Amino acid sequence: MMKTMRLSIGPIQYFWERQRVLNFYQQAADSAAEIIYLGEVICSKRRLVKLDDWLAIGKELRQGGKEVILSSLTLLEAASELGALKKLCSNESFMVEANDVAAIQLLSTAGKDFVTGPSVNIYNNRSLQLLARKGLKRWVLPVELGLDTLKDLQAQRPDGVETEVFALGRLPLAYSARCYTARSHNLPKDDCQFKCIDYPDGRLLATQEGQEFLVLNGIQTQSALTHQALEQVPELEALGVDVLRISPQLQGTPQIIEIFDAARKGADLAPLGKELLSLLPLGACNGYLVNQAGMDYDAFEVA
Amino acid sequence: MELVCPAGNLPSLKAAVDNGADAVYVGFKDDTNARHFAGLNFTERTFEKAVRYAHDKGRKIFVAINTFPQPSGLDRWQAAVDQAANYGVDALILADMGVLDYASERWPDLRLHLSVQASVTSSEGIAFYQQNFGIRRVVLPRVLSVNQVAQVITDSPVPIEVFGFGSLCVMVEGRCLLSSYATGRSPNTYGACSPASHVRWEETPDGTDTRLNGVLIDHYGEGEKAGYPTLCKGRFQVGEHTFYALEEPTSLNTLSILPKLREIGVAAIKVEGRQRSPAYVARVTSVMRAAIDHCLADPQAYQAKEQWMRKLAGVSEGSTTTLGAYHRPWQ
Repeated sequence: MMKTMRLSIGPIQYFWERQRVLNFYQQAADSAAEIIYLGEVICSKRRLVKLDDWLAIGKELRQGGKEVILSSLTLLEAASELGALKKLCSNESFMVEANDVAAIQLLSTAGKDFVTGPSVNIYNNRSLQLLARKGLKRWVLPVELGLDTLKDLQAQRPDGVETEVFALGRLPLAYSARCYTARSHNLPKDDCQFKCIDYPDGRLLATQEGQEFLVLNGIQTQSALTHQALEQVPELEALGVDVLRISPQLQGTPQIIEIFDAARKGADLAPLGKELLSLLPLGACNGYLVNQAGMDYDAFEVA
Repeated sequence: MELVCPAGNLPSLKAAVDNGADAVYVGFKDDTNARHFAGLNFTERTFEKAVRYAHDKGRKIFVAINTFPQPSGLDRWQAAVDQAANYGVDALILADMGVLDYASERWPDLRLHLSVQASVTSSEGIAFYQQNFGIRRVVLPRVLSVNQVAQVITDSPVPIEVFGFGSLCVMVEGRCLLSSYATGRSPNTYGACSPASHVRWEETPDGTDTRLNGVLIDHYGEGEKAGYPTLCKGRFQVGEHTFYALEEPTSLNTLSILPKLREIGVAAIKVEGRQRSPAYVARVTSVMRAAIDHCLADPQAYQAKEQWMRKLAGVSEGSTTTLGAYHRPWQ
């Protein structure tokens, strides 16, 4: 019999007030998600929750039975960020999700197992096998790859490596030296005034004819539509995917986890899909999974 | 400082060599490289001529195989590595770990450079590729300030190449999926950003719309010159404002900071633009050659000449240039 897929909660992409973060993980503790990724992955200036805080949150979640992973910063620029990464990677409590190759280097040379996040480019088996030899225990499929490629990768997956798929969330599409949230307020990054705290789901970027296109989240650019793989849950299970990742959003994450929990247990997908759509800020997309443009939505057929 | 120039065809390669490039980088005619455009790049026959032309004039030739093969494509990428190696090129510019693993195993003596597409911005990241694949140079993404580049050079186990001129990626290369989000094709998977196959120019009652797979990237009023709809360089609405929310149409130009780049130990300066014309390559190469020669001869007295700046502005996006992330306030 196939093992039921586990659910994970990905790292919070946005800059949230400290109390909001703490409340979020209190709810997460009671959720059906088995794995929780913690840490700041976007901007090193966001320091309302520090490494010691993440460690404390992680220990509490672990006591409640969750598997906890610490996620590393995606784009490293300043020497101080490399210093913080070294500290993160040398923690003795939790495994680390490497979101940049620098973290892979630090972890593998220290002999530590690791996870790779969606921004580490594993596009083929040779890359996967190489990283497996370095200590890779789980990898997240890069979000622009579809189910055909996933199938090929799963067919030759190295022993002892789990596969995780980004199953729900605004897509992490790009990272820059420039802070776009600050720029949208006519401010440079060095004087950003932490404007991104006012946009706990990111700041919308629309085309000149009003199409909701992207979301600005500091130095990160996301999709405005929420990528969702609910319809593909049976297929992902058949492909031997181990973990489905839910990326936190401001509202509705606990309900979304319930929906995916029901889906993985075989509940009827049509009503779940309808409920899920009502929880997404600006609608859904899933084109990447079916080899189309990421923004496309291969809509679920409701009988 | 070595001058590394682009060539999308044989006339461009000759233009680069004849105007003073120390090295020219090229790609094959398929999606194994990040300038996979119709009518561009080298077949085996033109490639052979390109290698001979560069080597006859004592210059180097590099081959970019810097996209990310999926399982069904890996053989083809490996074949591209073999083809370049068999013709005796001076270096391969690679990004994917699987391709690097193959190249370093199959051609242990061949010089490997890490492409900007590998998205490496720190000494620890560089160390990974140096220790595992023996890379001998890294091209840095255009996301670091000059001081950050200096720090990386200080700590890096291998020499560093940086972009000196050309179209500006504002996102860290190798991890930008904006193009595939809109079109299904990205630099990583397909070798092109905002591909021409998905571009539409539409005349409207009050000007021109430019679209990428239907998404309105920009609208130009009458008399306004319409630019190519590169996704990150359109005008969008954020809050109450319509503006270049990500970046203006502009090109990177480092002429004004060449002495600084020399001082911090940059090993090579790269010019972007394999998709551009032989005239572009000739002009940019000659200006960069003159500037680098001036800079190396007397860095203290060096100043970017007005005529160089004018010449480069003439081939820049939007006819304007920027220092990009090198200059902190840009960020």
